Amino acid sequence: MSAAATAHDSEAAQTHEQRALGFWLYLMGDAVIFALLFATYVIMVNNTDGGPAGRDLFDLRNAAIETALLLVSSTTFGFASLSARTGNRGAVLFWLLVTFGLGAAFVSLEIREFAGMIAAGAGPDRSGFLSAFFTLVGTHGLHVSVGLVWILIMCGQVMMKGLSVPVVSRLFRLGLFWHFLDIAWVGIFSIVYLPGLL
Amino acid sequence: MFGRLTLEALPLYSAIAAGGAAVTVGGALLVAIVITWLGAWRYLWTEWLTSVDHKRIGVMYIVLALIMLLRGFVDAIMMRAQQAMALNSGGYLPPEHFDQIFSSHGTIMIFFMAMPFMTGLVNIIVPLQIGTRDVAFPFLNSLSLWLTASGAGLVMLSLVIGKFSTAGWTGYPPYSGVEANPGVGVDYWIWAILISGVGSTLSGINFIVTILKRRAPGMTLMRMTPFVWTALCASVLMAFAFPALTVACGLLALDRIFGMHFFTNAHGGNMMNYPNLFWIWGHPEVYILILPAFGIFSEVVATFARKSLFGYKSLVYATAAIAILSFTVWLHHFFTMGSSANVNAFFGITTMIIAVPTGVKVFNWLLTMYRGRIDFHPSMMWTIGFMITFVIGGMTGVLLAIPAADFLMHNTTFLVAHFHNMIIPGVLFGYLAGYMYWFPKAFGFELDRKWGLASFWCWLIGFYLAFMPLYILGFKGMPRRMEQYNDPSWQPYLMVAAFGAFVVLLGIASMVMQLYVSIRDRRKTADVSGDPWDGRTLEWATSSPPPAYNFAVLPEVRDREAFLEMKERGVAYRRPAAYEDIHMPKNSMVGVAMGAFAFVLGFAMIWQIWWLAAASGLAMWIAMIARSSDDDSEFKVTAAEVKRIEDARYRALATKTGSRK
Repeated sequence: MSAAATAHDSEAAQTHEQRALGFWLYLMGDAVIFALLFATYVIMVNNTDGGPAGRDLFDLRNAAIETALLLVSSTTFGFASLSARTGNRGAVLFWLLVTFGLGAAFVSLEIREFAGMIAAGAGPDRSGFLSAFFTLVGTHGLHVSVGLVWILIMCGQVMMKGLSVPVVSRLFRLGLFWHFLDIAWVGIFSIVYLPGLL
Repeated sequence: MFGRLTLEALPLYSAIAAGGAAVTVGGALLVAIVITWLGAWRYLWTEWLTSVDHKRIGVMYIVLALIMLLRGFVDAIMMRAQQAMALNSGGYLPPEHFDQIFSSHGTIMIFFMAMPFMTGLVNIIVPLQIGTRDVAFPFLNSLSLWLTASGAGLVMLSLVIGKFSTAGWTGYPPYSGVEANPGVGVDYWIWAILISGVGSTLSGINFIVTILKRRAPGMTLMRMTPFVWTALCASVLMAFAFPALTVACGLLALDRIFGMHFFTNAHGGNMMNYPNLFWIWGHPEVYILILPAFGIFSEVVATFARKSLFGYKSLVYATAAIAILSFTVWLHHFFTMGSSANVNAFFGITTMIIAVPTGVKVFNWLLTMYRGRIDFHPSMMWTIGFMITFVIGGMTGVLLAIPAADFLMHNTTFLVAHFHNMIIPGVLFGYLAGYMYWFPKAFGFELDRKWGLASFWCWLIGFYLAFMPLYILGFKGMPRRMEQYNDPSWQPYLMVAAFGAFVVLLGIASMVMQLYVSIRDRRKTADVSGDPWDGRTLEWATSSPPPAYNFAVLPEVRDREAFLEMKERGVAYRRPAAYEDIHMPKNSMVGVAMGAFAFVLGFAMIWQIWWLAAASGLAMWIAMIARSSDDDSEFKVTAAEVKRIEDARYRALATKTGSRK
């Protein structure tokens, strides 16, 4: 390998390092968004306007299943990352698809929960509390949905391009995103669902 | 099919509004005709609009800023004229129109004049000063530009189709809510800000990574120039404060579109949450704008006093301290909202504390000038004018930081005078100093000094005439944003203020003249050396304008004033033994396309044309996915090509030696 090619490779490695830092910074900005939505939820949790409150609406079993789905999906994503490190393309695809399935199940449970609440007259326009609830939980759900689309795109890239350096670096950033959503969900479970039911 | 959009959206409700629309459409048409006449569309598209070169993106940001400065200034002079004549009469503007004007003035000056001006200067200069070839994410940089431009486009469009917000540039609910404001005005404001805000967040991330990861070998953090330091701190603030603006405007949009109750009067809304969210962004925003200007003053003062900056370390620490403290003062924007005395006292004290590091900087600049050999270049004049004027504004700020005093002055013209007294000298003078200082670097010829000085004096005198009377009127109890009034003792002051606005107009006219004269005489003032002011930092080490790759060989930094040290060591113009191939990012039309889709998306959301919103949102997604799957985004400048460009530069350098300087 010539000296120029080596220099270009180290340039490429630098590029991916920069992208990782940039993505961390984006996640921190996203964390600010979640922090402010959490704060807004906390100050509005009692503004029910005579309508239903958390204890009338939340179903702990549903929230527990959602939590389990998301936490397990983080583990399966971890398996995908490990397989990428060993260069096992088939295993990466398999674990990505398992992660997708778990994430999709999470989103469909959330949609069912939302639809049920709206049908019962507890939609986001019912009270300040419900506006804050739907927006906080919905923002998280929207992130998960974006993550699902991203997983499919990465499946396509792994199939077509193989585990090339740019593809693996994208998988790494998708992993950061997916685990970040787990952390945000732990916050939602402990600040929204648990206090609402206790 | 067209949502809320009907023919009634055309601004035929008043002659002045229709005139504004005609000027906007006519201006756009005129530009299009001139470009067609010059046959420059292809050149413009391939060399500029799709460019990912940080220098060109920076120039385009500044062009946008200067256009929006004109628009924002027209708003200003219309308001001053209205208030000068509106004693016991309606003046010439109906209230509904006057309210749109003060709302668009603030929105434009902050989001679409100051922000792009700052981002443009940072774009052009920071990569040069840290000795790199481009920013960390060149494509993202182009995307940020076009998101900002599409936000600005929405504000301009509101002149022609529909109306702009009447809720002021801060858009407080419940007045900005759907009950009090069912029209499209507030929606124009929300979507212009949401779209450009995403661009600003991305710019912030881009520059943090660029500065932290791409500095030339040998450039430690404490060898970075003051401008790079301030750009870094401002970028951190951009990345972490703009999300708060996204939340504030996003929740307001949810209230307006889906009937939610975040900020409504009834149904459990909490309208006091909005000013909190808004100013959690809004106060850091003041420092996002002002810190880079402080950086510019630091560069200018060292160059034109021919001395190293006095107390570099203290300036760096002061900058970092301001960046952190800027997140702790937001509540001083609404002391009167009803927080407890202790809460107000806390924020009053933090506000006074943040004045301390700012004061440190004033001494840095003063003591740099002390016993320096000062060249009174226009950039230096902006700096001196800033120091004197800004200190006055700082003192009125400390006065307002006392909650008890703020209760008397809140929402009066005293406040208007105060923040203009910070932002015009602190931000605008700084950017204009930077514009005149770095213009030769960007374009290869200098700006005319005489017209630069004329512009400075008109701006400075006009500023004092326009805003000192507002301090007095504030003491006399005049509220801000009045379309008419019935206290005859106010009118003389308002007339002086209007006269001041016309003096500022002369300052702007001088800037236009300066540009014209300088372009006409560009051969006489050509900057062949790349170092017209005997500069001290790396941007002067390369040619003016720099080649696409900035540096043929990345410089090695041994000192804080890297280029000065190279000149002293006699290696500043030494030719390297050999050149290597350079990899540069390819141009991309995806940034322009995504900006255009964002514009359509904003328009569709404003007018509630849901199918169009869905289609343009989907188009943005597809563009982004296509771009992110593209692994072939670079091209190679061969060593031979680099050698050819560099040889031409060294030939020019050889011919000019002895002729000039």
